[in-house]
Amino acid sequence: MPWSKNNPVTVQVLGICSCLAVTAQLKPAVVMAISVTVVVALSNLIISLMRNTIPPRIRIIVQLVVVSMLVVLVDQLLKAYVYDVSKQLSVFVGLIITNCIVMGRLEAFAMSNPPLPSLCDGIGNGLGYSIILIILGFVRELLGSGTLWGYPVMESLGFYNFGYENNGLMIMPPMALILVGIIIWIQRTRNKDLCE
Amino acid sequence: MEYINIFIKSVFVDNMIFAFFLGMCSYLAVSKTVKTSAGLGIAVTFVLLITVPVNYLVNKYLLAPGAMAWISPQLANVDLSFLSLIMFIAVIAAIVQMVEMIVEKFSPALYNSLGIFLPLIAVNCAVMSGSLFMQERAYSNMGEVLCFAAGSGVGWFLAIVAIAAIREKLRYSHVPPALKGVGITFIITGLMGLAFMSFMGIKL
Repeated sequence: MPWSKNNPVTVQVLGICSCLAVTAQLKPAVVMAISVTVVVALSNLIISLMRNTIPPRIRIIVQLVVVSMLVVLVDQLLKAYVYDVSKQLSVFVGLIITNCIVMGRLEAFAMSNPPLPSLCDGIGNGLGYSIILIILGFVRELLGSGTLWGYPVMESLGFYNFGYENNGLMIMPPMALILVGIIIWIQRTRNKDLCE
Repeated sequence: MEYINIFIKSVFVDNMIFAFFLGMCSYLAVSKTVKTSAGLGIAVTFVLLITVPVNYLVNKYLLAPGAMAWISPQLANVDLSFLSLIMFIAVIAAIVQMVEMIVEKFSPALYNSLGIFLPLIAVNCAVMSGSLFMQERAYSNMGEVLCFAAGSGVGWFLAIVAIAAIREKLRYSHVPPALKGVGITFIITGLMGLAFMSFMGIKL
């Protein structure tokens, strides 16, 4: 169950870097979530197919080459179809290469398991990452700029007339960290066995 | 003056951890004691100082649009910038491997203190993003690139040593059990990030 009990972000603490920087708005968060899921799933599949031919000493380099090839493909696709979002994500698409989720799953799962379970493991972990990203993007965009997917929710509900103000703190990067901390808190309160 | 400005800016304002959350994975995993985290901080600074200038040269003479004009005029309109991700990560992985072997050969004492951390650095996002930011911000000469690399490294070092010191003290305080460990570290990092935001707008 990689999306709850073994969530890559809140339990395994992998892939934090990109998770926090891209979630100020919902749209880049969703695009990033999809790209990471695709890269994790496909690289898990490819490495798992090659696992018996890779010499263990140079496996890191082989993994990096496979992952970076996939990331270049994703990067070019994003530039072609959603140019404005790809501009917003800037270096973070490239940083999927060094995203610890990808390397972590390759090392921990794909190197020692057949292709089909590896693909499923990749998709599961990608989804676990996506859920956190989408929650963060949703909360931060709604409270921070009063919009969802660029649509002015707060304005159309008329909250501003009652003196409601956007919480500018939500858009700033440190708030993402505090939100992840709170998500971890809620999750561990519900699952006592995850506590340290 | 320009150089000092870039250095100060990349240490405080554009701090890798507090402004961009880069290198968070090792930051969270290794920051349990001050000693090991200082070791990792030095290793990251060291690797940044070597890889970023090398990648700057690679970018300038091989990858940027029209960069290969110095080989022959026919190559003047070749644009290889889409290869930059693969090139950068290959350069970083190779250099980390080389640094490890050289340090092992010439300075066993340094090797023993950095030892475990060196291979980890190849997949540290802070190192990779050092090269990517260098490319994106288009620094114009070697001096600026060096100042940027040194500043980012020192900023990362400061951040990880600070959080490690706080975590050492935190062991004696009452934290709700569900928040213990990772949770409280996240929240503290967030608060430190807020503190670091007060440096914003500093210009020398």
